[in-house]
Amino acid sequence: MIKFEKLVFGDTGWGDEFLFATLMTIAVSISSMGFGIFIAIFAAWAKMSYSRVLNFIASFYTTVIRGVPELLVIYLIFFGGSALVMKIGKAFGYSGYIELNAFTISVVAIGLISATYSTEVLRAAILSINKGQIEAAKTLGLNRLQIFYKILVPQVLRYAIPGLGNVWQVTLKDTSLISVTGLVEIMRQTRIASNVEHSPLTFLITAACLYLFLTTFSGKFFNFIEKKTNKGFVTNS
Amino acid sequence: MNIFDSLIFINFVQVFSALDETLFLLLISLPIGFVLSLIFALGRVSKNFVISKIIEYYIFVIRGTPLLVQIYLIYFGLGSVKPIRDSFLWIVLKEPFWCGVIALIINTVAYGSEIFRGGIQTISKDQIESGKSLGFSTFGLYRKIILPIALRKVLPTYGNELILMVKATSLVSLTTYMEMTGIARKIMAKTFAPVEAFIAAGILYLFLNFLMVQLIKYLEWKYNPHLRQKN
Repeated sequence: MIKFEKLVFGDTGWGDEFLFATLMTIAVSISSMGFGIFIAIFAAWAKMSYSRVLNFIASFYTTVIRGVPELLVIYLIFFGGSALVMKIGKAFGYSGYIELNAFTISVVAIGLISATYSTEVLRAAILSINKGQIEAAKTLGLNRLQIFYKILVPQVLRYAIPGLGNVWQVTLKDTSLISVTGLVEIMRQTRIASNVEHSPLTFLITAACLYLFLTTFSGKFFNFIEKKTNKGFVTNS
Repeated sequence: MNIFDSLIFINFVQVFSALDETLFLLLISLPIGFVLSLIFALGRVSKNFVISKIIEYYIFVIRGTPLLVQIYLIYFGLGSVKPIRDSFLWIVLKEPFWCGVIALIINTVAYGSEIFRGGIQTISKDQIESGKSLGFSTFGLYRKIILPIALRKVLPTYGNELILMVKATSLVSLTTYMEMTGIARKIMAKTFAPVEAFIAAGILYLFLNFLMVQLIKYLEWKYNPHLRQKN
């Protein structure tokens, strides 16, 4: 039934395998979160621009990705992505089978999902900055780049940290879905170990504990950063 | 070429035939989830320290782990335990459908009860005190004052949770239960046309979520008459 002795490190247990799987989950989460924020900056900018076309594209992207299950997005990018790359390869005269790196696909898929949430967080943070500040910066003769780096970025980051912390938790939990791509992260490792040892309960409980550990400590980390960045600011509470 | 012969249309019809499987999951888990969320939220704000702590830990564990782990724990994990396989529980737990429903309920109750707790705690003390001075019993206070105000306040947030639940039903396909995502995957394996299969399913999920948003908007309009624009 439950065989926790199978979790020791070394050749007889799965401890070291699970350690690597956890590191893989962390690596995928951090990369997707970074990729997501990178896209979110452009999407937030597009959503707030005066161009109707950009507005529509950004809204369409966030609405569709958020209205469709994460699993479906991952399937589409995992199966559709390699089909697309193979089509491009065929156009250049290469007719063999091309398989995309599972890590890249996972980061792209989770990043695209995570970006839709980050977009809203960033947009709200930008909107919370007083317009007078930007006007003041303009009258002082700062150019657009300077306004962006010296006025907007430091404040937006501070406002966005609690929201981004929530997005991080969702992203971390979404990485459990990429086990369908075959990347060996916690869920995939759980599956492999359960099949070998015929004891799913042991390894599923292990996986749950690992995720709980990750979410709790990253939550604590975000609280710490939030406190640190809010030092010297008067809060309402 | 006729549009009715196109692959995306054929797939759409096939995925559409699995819509009722997804709806069954929702129609059973959402109402039960709502009622249990309310009960758990009341337990969480109650003065009974033990009940409040137990619910707090339950919420902490469920919100800290992915739904996929919870579904697998119930379907593969509990199914591998011999005493459970021999007991009456096996009648329910051998069905992927019921495992999915149980996992979805457990998951949504953790999020929902936190949302309701937030709503209950925003009720101002004055309202409760004036209710008490008018001679309301605790039950009457909750029934007539606290819950109606709290529920309509948290409607937008709870609406988000409902949309997340619509999306979460797709994970039940990983327990071999054939709802829309499962069918889309089967089509993909048969036709090797991934984009067409998953887009057909995606359109249906978007449609479901669109209906959900309209329902929430209607409820917000209905239960917030003081916020309606007068004309």
